[in-house]
Amino acid sequence: MSTPLQRPPRKNPLKRTRQPLLPPGARSRTAHGLTAAAAQGRFALQVCTDCQTVIYPPREACPACLSLRLPFRDVDSGGMLVSETAVRVSPEPYFRERVPWRVGLIKLDAGPVAVAHLHGDAREGARVRLALQLDRSGAAVMLALPDKDTPNMADDSILREMTADPKFRRVLITDGRGAVGQAMAKACADAGASTVFVGVADPWKPFAGEDALKAIAPVEIVPLDLTDSDSVLELAAQDAGRVDIVINTAEYVRPGGILDGQTLIRAREAMELRYLGLMRLAQALGPALRARGADGVNSAAAIVNLMSVHALASWPAYGAFSAAEAACLSASQTLRAELRPGGVKVINVFAGPLDTEWYQTVPPPKVAPSALARAVVGALKRGLEDVFVGDVAQDIRARLAVNPKALERELGEEGDS
Amino acid sequence: MSATDLLSFARSVASGAIRVVDLTQTLTPDFPIIVLPPEFGQCAPFRMEEISRYDGRGPSWYWNNFSMGEHTGTHFDAPIHWVSGRDLPDNAVDSIPPHNFIAPACVLDCSKESATDADFVLTIPFVEAWEARHGRIEAGSWLLLRTDWSKRDGRSYANLQNDGAHTPGPEPEVVKWLVEERDILGFGTETIGTDAGQAQHFNPPFPAHFYMHGKGRYGLQCLTNLDQLPPTGAVIVAAPLKIKQGSGSPLRVLALIESK
Repeated sequence: MSTPLQRPPRKNPLKRTRQPLLPPGARSRTAHGLTAAAAQGRFALQVCTDCQTVIYPPREACPACLSLRLPFRDVDSGGMLVSETAVRVSPEPYFRERVPWRVGLIKLDAGPVAVAHLHGDAREGARVRLALQLDRSGAAVMLALPDKDTPNMADDSILREMTADPKFRRVLITDGRGAVGQAMAKACADAGASTVFVGVADPWKPFAGEDALKAIAPVEIVPLDLTDSDSVLELAAQDAGRVDIVINTAEYVRPGGILDGQTLIRAREAMELRYLGLMRLAQALGPALRARGADGVNSAAAIVNLMSVHALASWPAYGAFSAAEAACLSASQTLRAELRPGGVKVINVFAGPLDTEWYQTVPPPKVAPSALARAVVGALKRGLEDVFVGDVAQDIRARLAVNPKALERELGEEGDS
Repeated sequence: MSATDLLSFARSVASGAIRVVDLTQTLTPDFPIIVLPPEFGQCAPFRMEEISRYDGRGPSWYWNNFSMGEHTGTHFDAPIHWVSGRDLPDNAVDSIPPHNFIAPACVLDCSKESATDADFVLTIPFVEAWEARHGRIEAGSWLLLRTDWSKRDGRSYANLQNDGAHTPGPEPEVVKWLVEERDILGFGTETIGTDAGQAQHFNPPFPAHFYMHGKGRYGLQCLTNLDQLPPTGAVIVAAPLKIKQGSGSPLRVLALIESK
């Protein structure tokens, strides 16, 4: 079992905040096949199309048959930890302050032998599960986990380096007026967040669920309106140094395309909230997050951006909405690059229609706010970057990978469904 | 009035013999605005973005861009705002004759009634009782409804319940009567609108809008400091921005009163 994590003590104000360091992150273009899998929490290795050999580390040609056709495919992640060692001295500044650091050789059931970081409960001679994780630099690495879950295994120090677990962290949820923000607050509280700041715009307007939200123990309501620069700056002035995870739950869903059913005022409101709102939030909180990426147990860990999957492929029935979501996604990608030096993750969570008021006329399948909240907490605990929640989002991801043009045509023929 | 009188007026303002009371709420992003069901178009709240503040964006100067709707904060309603006033001449803020921007005011104090009843409605007998004490309302006056609503905090100011807003305002008959029998220039309130919070259930709905604007009269709302005004004798200066075909405009509303 792992040593249970202790609630971090209050910071000693005489001590300098440790600056974030990153492990070496350079990877070849081919090796980014592993990054893509790790970002989504899949375990995928190259599999030779011609001779079926499973290949690791990534190569340009099959070592068995010299074939160049080596696509990444999901493979069995089971294996045996053949031998282990601990690095006690390292020239890399990142590892230097984290030694001893255990690594081992794993013989994968799928074939290859891999060098992997070791979870504290992975034992020499025992079976392990391999996971592709994104490390602090955002690069994919192999991590050997114990075959079966062990007590407090999420508290392991190496695993926690690669995740953004909300336990003992302070979370900011940007919009608590809606069902999604409220479900998110509950999920974060259940996951052990020490404080859950929940933003509420226009506090002079009552909203459904207000009392239940306030009753969640670690919840602290804060005035926050992402369309108002002053409001965001005031929040940052108060709380920028004590927010470790930001979950952007702001939503602006309105039906209507570009020619029909949508006014410029609404389109502008959508951009104000979704694109400029994210920018305000990032500019106000981002620098503090990036500077606190190594600030102990409750280091700054992640910005989670909830988006419609139609950020990736426009849904003309909700065309102006899709455009604003796409702008939000683009900003989120830039933000990911900008926060990487601090070891802070940007997690993009894509969902199809939600089971919320603005999707009332859309038929199922729809994603319940509680399911979305579970997926977000799961992504934080696993340290993912790209998450597709629910059938619609999964389906669009799959169709996009196969034939984006077909998807464009098909979405154009879909009505309000 | 001769030119000498005008200059002596200016000297009285400067000396404080005539006091200037600011009836305007400060424009801030968090001041409540009118709320419509979300499927309707919405009035934009006040927002401000800094252009520069003696920094790299402009080393020696400070300035901002701001945005808002025509009906945000303390604002003026022109007749064109309501469907009943859409075909009148000079019905938009850019074409209203400017002499209408300066006029006397009658201030009706309903603060006690409003404190105990958020749905207090102004009636003809209430106005007649006021006239019995202060004299007949002079034609061309603003009628300002003092409710002390401006002293409330955000949530109780908007006072939104499941069945809509609950704020004081006039009943239909009194609005029609004020226009037809007293020929007032316009109607002003401290609340978010000139109409009562529940006025969509009146007949006609939103009578202060329907009758006032239908007869080419004006509205002022989100006023403050009405408690500093005498029942009669104050002069209101309320000039909206000259927006082309504007339905209204945020503005500075000033009252001139005689110092005691």
